[in-house]
Amino acid sequence: MKKYWRSIEEKDDQPGSNDDEKMDESKKEFFEEMSNDLSSGTSVTRRDFLKVWGYSITAATLVASCESRVNKAIPFLIKPEEVISGIANYYASSYVDGNEYCSILVKTREGRPIKIEGNVKSGVTKGGTNARVQASILSLYDESERIKGPLHNNNKTTWENIDENVTPLLQSINAKNGKIVILSSTIISPSTKNVYKDFIKTYPNTRIIYYDAISASGILMANKNSFDQMVIPAYRFERADIIVSFGADFLGTWLSPIEFTRLYVQNRKLDGKKNMSRHIQFETGLSLTGSNADERFPIKPSEEEIMLVNLYNELLQISGNSTDIVSSSPNNIKRLANDLWSIRGKSLVLSGSNDVNIQILVNAINVLLENYGKTIDLSTPLYIKQGIDREMEDLVRDMEENKIDALIINNVNPAYDYPESDKFVNGLANLILSISFSGTIDETTSLVNYVCPDNHYLESWNDVEPRKGFFSLVQPTINPLFDTRASQESLLKWAGKDIGFFDYIQQHWENNIYPLQDEFTSKESGFKFFWIKSLQNGVFEINSPAAAEIHHKFNASVVQPAINELVSQKTDNADKIELQLVENIGVGNGKHANNPWLQELPDPISKVCWDNYVSVSPRHAAELGVENGDVVIVSSTLEQIELPVLLQPGQAYKTISIPLGYGRKNAGKVGNNIGKNAFRFCKIKDGNIQYKNDIKLIKTNKKHLLALTQTYNSMLGRPIVRETTLDQYIRNPSSGNEMHEKQQKGSVSLYKSPVHIGNHWGLSIDLNACTGCSACSIACQAENNIPVIGKEEVRKRRIMHWMRIDRYYSDSVDNPQVYHIPIMCQHCANAPCENVCPVAATMHSHDGLNHQSYNRCIGTRYCMSNCPYKVRRFNWYAYTEAEKMDSYLNSDYGRMVLNPDVIVRSRGVAEKCSLCIQRIQESETKAKLENRLLNEDEIQPACMQSCPANAILFGNLKNENSNIAKKFKDERNYHLLEEIHVLPSVGYLLKVRNQPYGRT
Amino acid sequence: MYNTAIRGPLIKGDKTIHQITEEICQPIDRRPGYWWYFVFLLCLGALIYGGWAVYITVHEGIGTWGLNNSVTWGWCIINFVWWIGIGHAGTAFSIFLLVLEQKWRTSINRAAELMTVVAVICAVHFPILHIGRLWDGFFILPYPNTRGPLWLNFNSPLFWDVLAICTYFMASSLFWYVGMIPDLATIRDRTTSKIKRAIYGFLCFGWIGSSRDWFRYEKLSWIIGGLTAALVVSVHSIVAMDFATSVLPGWHTTIFPPYFVVGAILSGFAMVLTLMIIIRKVYKLNDYITDSHLNAICKILVFISLIMGTAYSTELFMAWYSNNEYEMFTFFHNRVTGEYNTAFWIMLISNAILPQLFWFKKIRKKLAIVFIISLCINIGMWFERYVIVITSLTKDYFPSNWADYRPTTVEVGLFTGTFGFFVLCILLFFKYLPMISLYEVKGVSKYKSN
Repeated sequence: MKKYWRSIEEKDDQPGSNDDEKMDESKKEFFEEMSNDLSSGTSVTRRDFLKVWGYSITAATLVASCESRVNKAIPFLIKPEEVISGIANYYASSYVDGNEYCSILVKTREGRPIKIEGNVKSGVTKGGTNARVQASILSLYDESERIKGPLHNNNKTTWENIDENVTPLLQSINAKNGKIVILSSTIISPSTKNVYKDFIKTYPNTRIIYYDAISASGILMANKNSFDQMVIPAYRFERADIIVSFGADFLGTWLSPIEFTRLYVQNRKLDGKKNMSRHIQFETGLSLTGSNADERFPIKPSEEEIMLVNLYNELLQISGNSTDIVSSSPNNIKRLANDLWSIRGKSLVLSGSNDVNIQILVNAINVLLENYGKTIDLSTPLYIKQGIDREMEDLVRDMEENKIDALIINNVNPAYDYPESDKFVNGLANLILSISFSGTIDETTSLVNYVCPDNHYLESWNDVEPRKGFFSLVQPTINPLFDTRASQESLLKWAGKDIGFFDYIQQHWENNIYPLQDEFTSKESGFKFFWIKSLQNGVFEINSPAAAEIHHKFNASVVQPAINELVSQKTDNADKIELQLVENIGVGNGKHANNPWLQELPDPISKVCWDNYVSVSPRHAAELGVENGDVVIVSSTLEQIELPVLLQPGQAYKTISIPLGYGRKNAGKVGNNIGKNAFRFCKIKDGNIQYKNDIKLIKTNKKHLLALTQTYNSMLGRPIVRETTLDQYIRNPSSGNEMHEKQQKGSVSLYKSPVHIGNHWGLSIDLNACTGCSACSIACQAENNIPVIGKEEVRKRRIMHWMRIDRYYSDSVDNPQVYHIPIMCQHCANAPCENVCPVAATMHSHDGLNHQSYNRCIGTRYCMSNCPYKVRRFNWYAYTEAEKMDSYLNSDYGRMVLNPDVIVRSRGVAEKCSLCIQRIQESETKAKLENRLLNEDEIQPACMQSCPANAILFGNLKNENSNIAKKFKDERNYHLLEEIHVLPSVGYLLKVRNQPYGRT
Repeated sequence: MYNTAIRGPLIKGDKTIHQITEEICQPIDRRPGYWWYFVFLLCLGALIYGGWAVYITVHEGIGTWGLNNSVTWGWCIINFVWWIGIGHAGTAFSIFLLVLEQKWRTSINRAAELMTVVAVICAVHFPILHIGRLWDGFFILPYPNTRGPLWLNFNSPLFWDVLAICTYFMASSLFWYVGMIPDLATIRDRTTSKIKRAIYGFLCFGWIGSSRDWFRYEKLSWIIGGLTAALVVSVHSIVAMDFATSVLPGWHTTIFPPYFVVGAILSGFAMVLTLMIIIRKVYKLNDYITDSHLNAICKILVFISLIMGTAYSTELFMAWYSNNEYEMFTFFHNRVTGEYNTAFWIMLISNAILPQLFWFKKIRKKLAIVFIISLCINIGMWFERYVIVITSLTKDYFPSNWADYRPTTVEVGLFTGTFGFFVLCILLFFKYLPMISLYEVKGVSKYKSN
């Protein structure tokens, strides 16, 4: 073997030249190696011992003290073609949840849906969203609420088992002519309706009953009686100059609030215009809509019919059709009748009542005012509420009388929200077969034989037609997280059809919807392209659905009986306390009770979260001797609950309002036992559920601390929300904003004014458009990974929302004027927070943003103290880990909703609105890569994107021609606290009210 | 020097130098009484409560305090400023009186200086525990690092605070320690225990009492004293700037730096008075801390309290004169008449009105009343900080942000803990170190003067 030598000695082959013995003794210790075998006693020297000892102590300390989180990250083995790490994909889809519809874009990152945006291509919602739509993304990942696989008598089972058991049962019921009922929330999906038809073909004894927890069957029945059309018409708020609403909270919860807000705001914004609609609201509790009204009249629920009858009679008199002597009506009604009459065809009278007679009367008034075909359109009806309460009433009776054999429940929870839920629950026990399709646990699922969980809508294919001629698709954005199956697929399977629901939808569209258009006509590929286009747009709308505006004949003969009935019912209610039940903006009818974002969304009016309560007018409360937080017993003949009192300015005297949707018993870990269930106070009158009742109030000695996010309600004359009236505005566009002018003129500084290089980002908020709906708060929460902190922490006034909406009252407590103002970081050019941070964790960027660098922040909270707007938030605890917070951030599923572009803040750092800097960066990078100038319209912060009212505008203040620069030059523009010279980059356009008669 | 016709003797009892040494060193030689152990255990209890509070704060987070989105500074900042104020006494006492050549300071300055050092240690606990990410607190120190341009914000008063307090702590503890060196040597020379001799011998740096020693020693004392004198003014001015540089109504006031310094001296002197009354009673040192000493402190308090009263009224006047609605609200609707008016009136009465009773000789002579008033000033000064911090934060510009504040057991624990620490340090000091400056007292004794 060839020898390779390293040294001369080696070459010379001196024996042992590289052996240890040959080494100089003095160097020997450096060649010692650690013995591999410590047990061979002799080899352990003192040195070895110390080394091993030291090593093991260090290792033990390290192992014991540094508990590191194990992150499960599995790389793509085969990367999906469309997924690029770090780049978001958007899929057009639709949010549909029984009675709510919104056309959306779903933002997905690395295959996870993380954010919902409004789809501007939709002719219905036009890019708007609301809080529930924004929060629905979190429900996708709600492992505590969602059912993870099919259940048989509350035990886990497989889909095969389900199908093997259910199909024969259905067949046997069919064979003996037994009755099958599908009890569903309103279905606005044409394909699903077709599936039901197919199911009925196989099982002819099947009936479909739509049941809406908050029903509109009064309107449906009234229109059936008046026009022979069982529909909800389209309301054209944008065409109305006077909007009169009797208890219809159309901006908050009534029917289709996203759509209505868009339309309503069109005629409320004053962009270059000098006119706006006038909005008059008669209502019991102060609703979001009432808070935006120019004039608002608190009335008892029982007074509504009288007001309407008076209005009708006055109008009849003005029109000269009546010779009857009208019972004297209040002056405001007379004046209102005159005003309405003078602009016939440009007004809109609405009622939120579910009483057929009232709705007939409202129809009659609108007919008299010639509003049909102008502000009310029967040819493009709204489909989102189709439930007829009488059918449900009959069903429950039949169930009790054992006339029903099988019940298939889809997306409804009558065991919780039906007024006579005990009867329903009793009836369930009589059935041979009961199936629920609910994807989430609820009060009903625990009582049925089979639970066949439906996919979350973000995991499903579906199609919807919320309004006649407006189609929209739902497409999955993630594989089903759990072992769930589309309800339609289940039905198809049981009906013996072996077809996937996706193919089914396509077939349906090819046969029924494709022929409605003429853009794609090619025989071979026409439908394919039509489908792709519809899927990409998310919507398909027939170009002129209103073309066939048929004149609907009004059946005048139903009016007088309705009036007679209303008048005859009138009892002396003066001494009774009347209860009005209202839907909550956040949790809705209770379906969203397990969504922590929505639970922690402060009610836009009361600013309470995590609870329902009894709203009492302050005058009434003083008489009752109750204060905020005193627990009272509310009792009707059937039901009795204990709830805390909230003094609500604007609540009609001797009435109370209770939000529905609380008191869920089986909603999941977040929603269980939050508040009390008030559905059982609803009464059924003439087959329609009435959301009002007469009750008694009994004071108790208990106290309950409400989780309020705002406790002081007056501006104390400070110029926070500035306002003027339309008359004054027309005379002087800067009326109400004199302070701003003075400030601009008198502003002198010894210091150099701040310089912005390139862009200067800013926001403009139109207070005339903002309704206070709070969609932006939740959008911001979703976009910026804002933690939920729970009821206890909210009580401590530590809510984390970066975007909050302050609400103030002015004038009398009995009928106040209400102000909503969204407040987020104002990105002051002269920011007080910046110069006080000792570690420079918050600094000003060259483009006008106030940066917060979380990694640098040590949490002195000096910035928070020194922020005059108090928009900074502090991580009081480690919200991502804290078990007791019940936040979505402490579960593996919940964390999937996090936006990877935004840091999750650790304990002890301050945070605040960044104007969605991640979105600015994304657009800037994109423009740079494409080697072009950045177009500021590309950037939309989450709040702006989500706003159904278009109240928020983002832009570059340095660009003279930008929309925002124009807004900043508007006479209505002002800045909050401009007098302390912090130079905010957020401008507000002051509020203009249309009050031709002044405050009434 | 020792005795004048007007003032009377500085120390009473015609003591010889030996007698002075014996009497002052007595507590060091003797086993302490049962009361000592009792108080010691009490302090230990307070410390354990404080330790628990520290643990909870560090382990769970600032969320365990009563703070919220609006009131982001609470008890901890109040206590910090309060302790820093108390920490003014010793240095102010020693140095100003040293400069003014007031010899009566000699029997009080040692204990007062100790009080300073301990109070500053108590004070620094609060801002340290107060930061949200304790483990990253070192970011606030100006050390060279690899973070490039991300360094300190030299505009931030909080950073000035760090420098001011560190400097003040170093200077005042140095001043206190240097002042003790000759006395430590005395103890070393007296003791019979070898261990004690070794320890005290080490602590006195081998002091031999030669002329050269004394010569250098006095020069050093003057230098440190001179440097520290400036710090007395600077440290509380800078603490005041934490508030004065902000934009909040009630904080944004140019009067704050002198107002805070005077307030600090008031609280410091009141604390000295409180402690001295207790010490001379407990250790029977009436001959050293004489009535005339206490009388002199009372007179100083009258003067300082007058300045405080002027400051309070200036603040109110400026708020009214500015006609700024936020200022008007903060001062007149929130402080004077609002929800926090109790705190305001406690502050005003204790700090500006009660000390005026010291105009009367009869009251100055009644030690019980002097003691009570001195306690009231301490409490009043705490409430002054409470009024400043809490009223401005709970109700600032936007009513929507207004939130109440109530401390939690954790915050109370931290405060209690520092109290325990404070008293414990004083107890240990009296047990192991000479509580009155031996060599300086000897300098003003009859024997020396003769």
